[in-house]
Amino acid sequence: MTVMVYVAIYLLAAIFVARSVARAIEYASAPAHLRWELYPVPHEAPERAGHGGSYFEETDWWQKPGKKNLAGEMKVMAPEMLFLKGLWEFNRALWFRSFPFHFGLYLCLLALSLLGLRAVVSLLAPQLAGGAAGGLWTLAYQAAGVAGAVLVIAGAIGLLVRRVADGDLRGFTTPADFFNLIFFAAAFAALLGTYALRPARTVTGLEFARGLLAFDTTLAVPPAMAVAAVLGFALAAYIPFTHMSHFIAKYFTYHSIRWDDAPVEKRRGLEAKVARYLTYRPSWAARHVGADGVKTWAEIAASAPADKPAKGGKR
Amino acid sequence: MSKPVKLSDMSREDREPLTQIENSDLMPLPAPLDDPAKDRAWAALAQQALDKFECGLDNTCAVNVPRPKTKEEENELITKFLSGLQKLFSAENNWTFLQPLILTMEHCARCHTCSDACHIFEASGNNALYRPAFRSEILRRLYFKYVKDGNLLSAFQHGDIKLNWPLIARLIELSYRCNLCRRCAQTCPIGADNGLVAHELRKLFSMEMGIAPKEIHDNGSMLQLKVGSSTGMTPQVVRDNIEFIDEDISEKTGIEVKTPWDVEGADVLLIHNAGEILAWPENPGAFAVVLNAAGITWTLSSEIAAYDSINYGLWYDDAQFARVALKHAEAARKLKVKKIVLGECGHAHKALSVIADRILTGEFNIPRESSLTLLRDIVMSGKLKLDPSRNDFPVTLHDPCNVVRLMGVVEPQREIVRKICPRFREMEPHGVDNYCCGGGSGFAIMSPNNFADWRFHVSGRKKLEQILKAFQDCLEPETPKYVCAPCSNCKGQFRDLLAYYDLWNKHRILYGGLVELIVNAMEDVKPGFIEWEWH
Repeated sequence: MTVMVYVAIYLLAAIFVARSVARAIEYASAPAHLRWELYPVPHEAPERAGHGGSYFEETDWWQKPGKKNLAGEMKVMAPEMLFLKGLWEFNRALWFRSFPFHFGLYLCLLALSLLGLRAVVSLLAPQLAGGAAGGLWTLAYQAAGVAGAVLVIAGAIGLLVRRVADGDLRGFTTPADFFNLIFFAAAFAALLGTYALRPARTVTGLEFARGLLAFDTTLAVPPAMAVAAVLGFALAAYIPFTHMSHFIAKYFTYHSIRWDDAPVEKRRGLEAKVARYLTYRPSWAARHVGADGVKTWAEIAASAPADKPAKGGKR
Repeated sequence: MSKPVKLSDMSREDREPLTQIENSDLMPLPAPLDDPAKDRAWAALAQQALDKFECGLDNTCAVNVPRPKTKEEENELITKFLSGLQKLFSAENNWTFLQPLILTMEHCARCHTCSDACHIFEASGNNALYRPAFRSEILRRLYFKYVKDGNLLSAFQHGDIKLNWPLIARLIELSYRCNLCRRCAQTCPIGADNGLVAHELRKLFSMEMGIAPKEIHDNGSMLQLKVGSSTGMTPQVVRDNIEFIDEDISEKTGIEVKTPWDVEGADVLLIHNAGEILAWPENPGAFAVVLNAAGITWTLSSEIAAYDSINYGLWYDDAQFARVALKHAEAARKLKVKKIVLGECGHAHKALSVIADRILTGEFNIPRESSLTLLRDIVMSGKLKLDPSRNDFPVTLHDPCNVVRLMGVVEPQREIVRKICPRFREMEPHGVDNYCCGGGSGFAIMSPNNFADWRFHVSGRKKLEQILKAFQDCLEPETPKYVCAPCSNCKGQFRDLLAYYDLWNKHRILYGGLVELIVNAMEDVKPGFIEWEWH
């Protein structure tokens, strides 16, 4: 069974990575769209970012050096990513459910990273993983894991109750929305339950992680631990197939759309890309567009629209 | 209020409206419009319109889509819609907005955070039909079902929707119940953009099915490309009109005004919304006074489409948008001007400065700039002798969405009014958090059937609330008040909105542009440039 558990976990982790990467590539390789920024844009110069201003506030802006304000961008990004600041500001009721859910996930990721790192260190340099530091290390990932799982379960239940109780949301809720939240709550309850109800002298999380990394098939993984771990990784593999992969989407919605205010001449390679798009041959059927599948976008833009046909005809 | 509208109601076969808005449903207004019983009654849709057009959404009808006469005609329209849907998600047809559209389709969490940000939803009394996510959710379900070849599992994951002609007809109307102000997108925790969805739907209907409101297509972009302006003014007529304005303004200000035309090598090509020339001639006149006084070398262009900065394609059609943008750039290229300056027109600002940025490359990349920044520099430079006491009346400033939230020009106009209007007060909220005037995305020029009732009761209501609140301390008719709106479309909406509620006659609330306030404060100009009379 141990082999099957290891294989399942590696497979599910690989699916998560592959699908996430594929999704990111899909979005990144979409054509560079027309500008569609939305102010405030936090990487604007500090004297403008505060009121949501842009370089368009300066006369002859194209002759002036664009000021980068990465600190301003970080000042907005960090609280948004860590604390969902936008939701706090615009939908407080949802924040009280969504923040614990997301912050719980961050804590669980932290716990998983600490556990994985400890397992690697204990395999490669066991002398570094023991002693008081090792104890503290263990305490850190256990505390983060337990707190994270509790928050995720509480958040998932809170979100689920809101979806059921709020008539406005119910009409927009699909069966998968319920399934997703139940899946989260169940997976993290299984992980938390396995940890909380573990018998004495059973396989520890660290031993399991070491076994997984070293592919130690002699380790007798308790069934409950196996089920919980596989469920957790199955959840991870499932996420990038759903709208919940907004951890990928959000990079693009912010950096490629809302905050993408670079003038065309200041973005290397963009003019060439646009020149290529202008050779695309659209096939929009309305008469005034004049697209016949042969004319390019550039030709259509330079042409006059076909005029309205006689009364009763179609455009 | 009628029963809350469900997503599935959009496919209802009957032609009955899904909702009927009553005045008692609407968001309350402050004094003096705080009694819902005294609110203006809605005109009912005429029987002729009901018989002829698809009016099955709410109590109005904006697009006048003819009712198909046969089942075959319905099926043909459905086929066209599906074909357009595929094109909307293809790079060849929609590279312009594909990435943001797909991200919005695939990642909305349906949390309704956007609803509270929407002035239309709030003003309607939280009518579910006007949630920003409502039309998006319909498109999303269609996307997964027909573009991504959804199966049962997809329906489980993304929800299902029945596609039929009534749904399409209602969706056409619903795409014209959004001002495209994108205030909703500003609040989305994911970065999804429901304003974009309304924009993309309009494109599908126009570019594939040939369906768009007459005011913005036939009488808008088509007329502009054909004769030069959506006002119908040909190059000769516009020159005659400007000549008349020059004479009038010279007499009124005591300063000889001459508007230059087609000056090669000028520093500035100024492009007005041509609606100003006909409806508010004091605006282009005031520009001429200020630019001449500041010693700027400037010109207007008499090229087709280049004396009218409007670009209605921005709201509904990429091909029309590109054509007009190119005409504007081409005129500037021919005249070899150093830059284009956009007059007081919000959508023209965004169209030419922001949206067209990536298509105007090479020789067409003539720098574009807002007149607000240029005016700010002139006012702050000390080149004009200004007497703020001439503007000693309450002034509030409207932020056109296209200039502010969508372009980031926030402070220049404020610096001006702070300097020359001693009784300036802000609306709340303002700047990038502003509310749309309710006329955005073409509504200001659309009044078919009883659409004006919807425009004033619903889409303009939040702005009306803001104006009334800004002037709560001086509502008495003895005090003239000025809503400064540096945007032609917004002014059109204010003209109609204030007249609808008789706020000029009863409370002396007037509207106007920014440059008029500057000229009104100029010491070299005869006093009283702003005329306190309704126009």
